[in-house]
Amino acid sequence: MSNKINHSMSLAKPDALDITTKQKVALAIGITGLFILTLALLNTNFPNKALFLTLSLGFIIIGTVIYSREAYLTKLEGIKNDGQWFKSISSRGVWGWILGLVLTSFYIVLYFYPKYLGLRQGVDGGNTGLISLFDPLSQLLSGRNASQWFVYGTLYTLAILAFGYKFILKYRHNRYQQIRTVSVMFFQLGFAFLIPEFMYVMNNDLPYYDLKSIWPLNYYLFDEWSVNAFLSNGNIGLALLVFGILSIFVITPILTYKFGKRFYCSWVCGCGGLAETAGDSFRHLSSKKISAWKLERWLVHSVLVFSVVMTTAMVYTYLGYDKNDFWLTRDVFISFIIGFLTLVFVSVMYFKRQELGKDARAGAIGFFITIVLLLILHFTGTTEHVFYIKSGALRSAYGIYIGSIFSGVIGTGFYPILGNRAWCRFGCPMAAILGFQQRLFSKFRITTNGGQCISCGNCSNSCEMGIDVRHYAQKGENIVRSSCVGCGICSAVCPRGVLKLENDSMKGRINPTEILLGNDVNLMDLVNQK
Amino acid sequence: MIVIKVLTNPSTNNLTNNQYYMEHIVIIGNGISGVTLARHVRKLSNKKITIVSTETDYFFSRTALMYIYMGHMKFEYTQPYENWFWKKNRIELKKGYVKNVDTNNKTLQFAEGDSLEYDKLVIAAGSKPNKFGWVGQDLEGVMGMYHKQDLDKLEEYAPNNEICKRAVIVGGGLIGIELAEMLNSRSIPVTFLVRESSFWNGVLPIGESEMINRHIKSHHIDLRLSTNLKEIKSDENGKVKSVIIEETGEEIPCNVVGLTAGVSPNVDFLKDSEIELGRGVKVNRFLETNIKDVYAIGDCAEQHEAIGNRRPIEAVWYTGRMMGETLAQTICGNHIEYKPGHWFNSAKFMDIEYQTYGWVFSERNKKDEEAHFHWKHEDDTKCITVAYHKDTNKFLGINTFGIRMRHETFDTWLTEERDVDYVINNLSEANFDPEFYNKFEKDILSAYNQNLQTA
Ligand SMILES: Cc1cc2nc3c(=O)[nH]c(=O)nc-3n(C[C@H](O)[C@H](O)[C@H](O)COP(=O)(O)OP(=O)(O)OC[C@H]3O[C@@H](n4cnc5c(N)ncnc54)[C@H](O)[C@@H]3O)c2cc1C
Ligand code: SF4
Ligand code: SF4
Repeated sequence: MSNKINHSMSLAKPDALDITTKQKVALAIGITGLFILTLALLNTNFPNKALFLTLSLGFIIIGTVIYSREAYLTKLEGIKNDGQWFKSISSRGVWGWILGLVLTSFYIVLYFYPKYLGLRQGVDGGNTGLISLFDPLSQLLSGRNASQWFVYGTLYTLAILAFGYKFILKYRHNRYQQIRTVSVMFFQLGFAFLIPEFMYVMNNDLPYYDLKSIWPLNYYLFDEWSVNAFLSNGNIGLALLVFGILSIFVITPILTYKFGKRFYCSWVCGCGGLAETAGDSFRHLSSKKISAWKLERWLVHSVLVFSVVMTTAMVYTYLGYDKNDFWLTRDVFISFIIGFLTLVFVSVMYFKRQELGKDARAGAIGFFITIVLLLILHFTGTTEHVFYIKSGALRSAYGIYIGSIFSGVIGTGFYPILGNRAWCRFGCPMAAILGFQQRLFSKFRITTNGGQCISCGNCSNSCEMGIDVRHYAQKGENIVRSSCVGCGICSAVCPRGVLKLENDSMKGRINPTEILLGNDVNLMDLVNQK
Repeated sequence: MIVIKVLTNPSTNNLTNNQYYMEHIVIIGNGISGVTLARHVRKLSNKKITIVSTETDYFFSRTALMYIYMGHMKFEYTQPYENWFWKKNRIELKKGYVKNVDTNNKTLQFAEGDSLEYDKLVIAAGSKPNKFGWVGQDLEGVMGMYHKQDLDKLEEYAPNNEICKRAVIVGGGLIGIELAEMLNSRSIPVTFLVRESSFWNGVLPIGESEMINRHIKSHHIDLRLSTNLKEIKSDENGKVKSVIIEETGEEIPCNVVGLTAGVSPNVDFLKDSEIELGRGVKVNRFLETNIKDVYAIGDCAEQHEAIGNRRPIEAVWYTGRMMGETLAQTICGNHIEYKPGHWFNSAKFMDIEYQTYGWVFSERNKKDEEAHFHWKHEDDTKCITVAYHKDTNKFLGINTFGIRMRHETFDTWLTEERDVDYVINNLSEANFDPEFYNKFEKDILSAYNQNLQTA
C-alpha cells in the first residue's frame, strides 16, 4: 500500500505540502484572534471588552481571508484537493485528533458546564470570562448581556462566513458552489443570528425563533413553553406558530418535490451550512462502506421515529381531556396523528411499492413501531407521565441525547474523524423526512453521462454523505438517494464530466442498467429491457 | 438463489452439464475488461470463475492512479468494489504471474511454480509502457506510469522536491500530461519532452492542441515541443542523473524520468504459446483467438481488421468494458459479435476537461471531405471543434474542451445522422455543465453563422 499513510501521524511535519510564508503569517494572525478568546476563557479581564472582541473576531477573519487568498488565488482555477489525504488535520492524523478533541470539549462545556465559560459567574450575577467578552456585541444587538448561546451563535456565524469565503475562492470556477455558499452565509447571518436578536428587541416575550430551523430539527418548537410563548404573543406569535407548522407540512414538501432536499440541506440549513464551509476540509472522511450505509438507515430513521413520538408525547401532555377547554383534545390529536401517518404509509405502499423494493419492509417496521408507541402513549399517558416516565425528564433526555450530544458533540466535534456530515447523515430527523420525500416524490436526481465514467472514485471519495456515487455512475445509472444533500461536489470533482445535478421529470428518474451507452445497441436492448 | 436463477434462465444452455460440472472460466488480468466480463458471466450463469493477476489483490481503477499520488484519494478508494464483493459473488481471485499458456492441455503455468486448468480462457492482460531502446531506459529512477508498482516507484523516487529536484517526462500523450500534473502537485519542476510540434496533435486539431500547449505552460511546466530524447545518463550508482536532448544536445539534470510514449499490449508471456499474436492477441469480431476456447479482450486484443474508424487495438477504458460486456454473452451461450456503437472518449488536461463524441480527426490524419468548425472562448480554457462532411454537411463528431456535453444527445444525433446546422442550432440540448454555469451556445451559434457568411 502507499507509504504515504503514515505521513499524517507525524507532528513534526504534518503537511506534505508546505505552506507559504504569507500563509504562515495569516495563520499567526488567526491564532492571535483565537488566543484572545482563550485568554478571556481563562478569565483575563480585558479593560475594553468591545475593543478586544473586535480585535479577536477581526483577526480570525483577516487570518482566514489572507490564508485562503494565498491558497487559491495564486493558482489557476480548478479542483484544489492536492494533499488532502496527506495533511495531518484532514486525514485523521495527530492534528485531526487534537482538533476533534478541542471541539468536543468545547461542546461539552457549552452544553453542560456553561459556568466555565463565565455564565453569570460575576459577583453581581453578571458574566465573566469568555461570555463577558461578548457582552458588548450582545448589548449592541439586543440590549441584553450575552449568554453561552449568544457566544456560540456568534462563533458559529463567524465560522460560516470566514470559511464560506474560503470555499467560494476554492470553487471560484463553479457558480453552483458559489451561489449556494452565499445562500448559506446569508441564511446563517440573517435568519439564525440577526433576525432573532431583532425580534427580541421588538418583542422580548417571543421565544428565540430561527425561522429556517424547522421541526423536527428544531425539536422544541412544539413544546409547551414554546407554544405558550407564541400563543401569548397575539397575532405575531400565532403567525410564527402557523409558519412553523406550514414549514414542515406544506413548504418543505413542495420545495423538496421541485428541487430535492438540497434546497434545505445545502442552501439554507445552519448545520449544513457549517458542514459545507468550516467542514469542507473533512468531507472525504465519511465512510463509504455499505455497512456504514446500513447503520445510517437504521439510526436516522430511529431518530425520526423517536422524535415523532416524543413530539407527539410532549404536545399530548399539555392538551386537555375534554372539548370544553379547546377543540383539540388528546383523543382528537392522537387520532389525527395516527390517521395522518397511516395515510402517508398506505399511499406510499400503494403508489411507490416498486421503487421501494427491499426498503418497504423497513418502512413498514418503522411505521408499525411508531403506531404501537403512540397507542401505548395514549392508553398509559397522563399529564405528568408518558411511558411511565416523568414527561419533563423524557423531554430533557431527548434534548440532551439528540439535540446536544448527537448534533453538537459528535456531529461537529467529530468533523475531523467522521467527516463533516455525521450528524446530517446519522442523526438528523429532518434529513430523514426530506430524504424520504426526495427518494420517492422529487424531480431531483444526479444524472449520469452515458458511458463516460472511468470508475476513478473521485466522486465517492468526496461525497460527504458517504454515498458510493461511483457505484451508480459506473453502471450508467442515475443517483437517486435519500441521503444526498445535493452539495454538487461529486459533480465538481469528476474529471470526466459524468455527473449533473438536475431537476427533471419524475419519469425515467430511476434507470437501472446493465450495459452502458456506447456498446452495441441490440445488446443494450437485450439486456437492459429485461 | 443463483442456482435457481440459472435453472430458470432460458439463455443458459448446457443446462444438464451445469448441474454436474461447472465450467471453469479463467481470466488473466483483473483490470476493467476482465472484471466486467467476470461480473456479467456471474449474472448470466453459475460457472466457476477465477481471475488471475500479478499486480494487485483486488481490482482497482488504473485511471485513478494519479489521484493517489496527488493526495486526493487513498488507494482503497480506487477499488470500485469492497473486498467482500468477490467472495459473495463467487469470483475467485488468484495472485500470480502467468508464465506460459499450454493450450493443448488447457493449463496455465505460473512463475511461482503452480498451475491452473481452465475450460475457457480469457486473456485480459492489458498494456505495458513503451520503451524504444533509449540508452539508460532501465536505470533507477526511470519509470513508466501504468501499473500500481510504477506508482510505488514514483513515490519512492519523487516523494517531494528535495529528493527529486527535477523530473523529465518523455512522450506527450494522455498519461504524460497526467504525470506532469502529478509531479506539479508536489511542486516538483517538470520538463516535458514532446516529439510532436504541438501537444497530441496527432489526435487533436491544431486550435485545441495549441490551447493545451498554453495551458500546460501556464502551470509552469517546461514544455519542449519538437523535442526528442537522445539518452538518459546515469550517476555512479546507476541512478538517473540527467537526460540529453537529441536536437540540441542539451543536458537536463534530473532525478526522475517518466517514459510515457504510449503503451503496447502486454503479451510477451504468450510468445511461446500457440496463440496467434500480432502486436496484441489477434481476435476476430467475436473476440475469439485462433485457438478454441481462448478469447482476448481489452487493451491486449488486436482486431484482424479495424472496426470502422477505430484502431485495431483500442487501449481505452470504455472499450475494455464493452468487450467484457459482449464476451460474457458469448461465453454464456449467446454468441454475439463485438459491435461497439458510436465512438466516445474523454480526458482531462490539468484543469481542462475534454470529451469527444463521434469522430474528429486532427489535420494530420483527417480525410479531405472532413471539414471543421472551431470556436474558442476568449479565456483560452474552453473550445469546441465540430467535424462535418464538407459536401453533405453530415455531422461527424465533436470535441469539447471546458464545456461538458451529454453523451446520450450526441449518440442520438449521430444515429439520426443529423447535419451540422442542426447540431449547432440545438447545442444547448446537449449541455451537461452544472447548474448556473455560463452558457456559450449563443456565442457558438453566432460564430458559426459568421463563418458561413465568410466561407
Ligand atoms: C495513468 C493512466 C490513465 C488512464 N486514463 C484513462 C482514461 O482517462 N480514459 C480511458 O479510457 N483510458 C485510460 N487509461 C487506459 C485504461 O486504463 C486502460 O485502457 C484499461 O485499464 C485497460 O484495461 P484492461 O482490463 O485491458 O487491462 P489492465 O487494466 O492493464 O489489466 C491487466 C492486468 O493483467 C495483469 N497481467 C498481465 N499479464 C499478466 C500475466 N502474465 N500474469 C498475471 N497477470 C497479468 C496486469 O498486471 C494487470 O493487472 C489510462 C491508463 C493509465 C495507465
Ligand atoms: S451524492 Fe454528490 S451531491 Fe449528493 S451529497 Fe454526495 S457529493 Fe453531494
Ligand atoms: S468521479 Fe466521475 S469518472 Fe470518476 S468514478 Fe465518479 S463519476 Fe466516474
